[in-house]
Amino acid sequence: MNLEILSSDLLNVAMLAFMGVTGVAIARIRNLFAVVMLSGIYSLLGATLYVILDAVDVAFTEAAVGAGASTVLMIGTLALTSDREKAMPNSNAWKGLIVCALVGAALVYGSLDMPLFGDPMAPAQQHVAPRYLNDSMAEIGLPNAVTSVLASYRGYDTMGEVFVIFTAACGVICLIGRTRRRPAKKSGGDK
Amino acid sequence: MMFTVAAVGVVVTMAMALARALIGPSVYSRILAVNVFGTLAVMLIAIYGFIDDRPEFLDLSIVYALINFIGTIAVTKYVTYADMGHGDDGDPAGDI
Repeated sequence: MNLEILSSDLLNVAMLAFMGVTGVAIARIRNLFAVVMLSGIYSLLGATLYVILDAVDVAFTEAAVGAGASTVLMIGTLALTSDREKAMPNSNAWKGLIVCALVGAALVYGSLDMPLFGDPMAPAQQHVAPRYLNDSMAEIGLPNAVTSVLASYRGYDTMGEVFVIFTAACGVICLIGRTRRRPAKKSGGDK
Repeated sequence: MMFTVAAVGVVVTMAMALARALIGPSVYSRILAVNVFGTLAVMLIAIYGFIDDRPEFLDLSIVYALINFIGTIAVTKYVTYADMGHGDDGDPAGDI
């Protein structure tokens, strides 16, 4: 049991250290293709960290959006623009660092009041979570409590989200279309 | 114990792949580093599932492997054509 906790801690520390190294490298490297590759690595690290923190659905979204879709989008942007970043003379670097440090310190100060990770007495575990965990098997009949919350207890909410995503996809298809495809030959006719 | 050793091995390999992505002089070494890193993330999630006595994580790692594949396809297409909207030249199979 101790060994399990130890290896979980080790994975946490290793993932966070890798994320730190990757973040600094993303800020410093001027070759934008390398930056896109590194941001894909960053998303994979974040997704692994979410899995270790037991947020499997968040991890899945991070992997699909961060490592999958946004890599494709950024590569497409590179194809339209350039893959070299212009080196700007940045005289405001120290001001930016001070602002970042202040905001980071405020966030850390705000997180001091939060309940510990996995604390059973945390407000989030007291409200409706016991009802979901105890009764969802009898009420819904799905083995995964998260799925029964998303698909049944909050079914209307999820349906609204699906409508929004569907509308967005329709809009994107209308805007982009497939104009690059050659028009079909007129002589063939269409039945 | 066995799974912990495996996890340590995967983490060490991740560090090496990350170093290759950081140094990697050529484009291809960086593509390969990201691909290897995705595979290692898949393996790490699978191993962590067994460390934590939840082998259901294997499903999750399979989905990660699929996502990893999409990114690699897009990157190799960009490197080959330098254009994501490469036409299909009337080929009925599309631009695959």
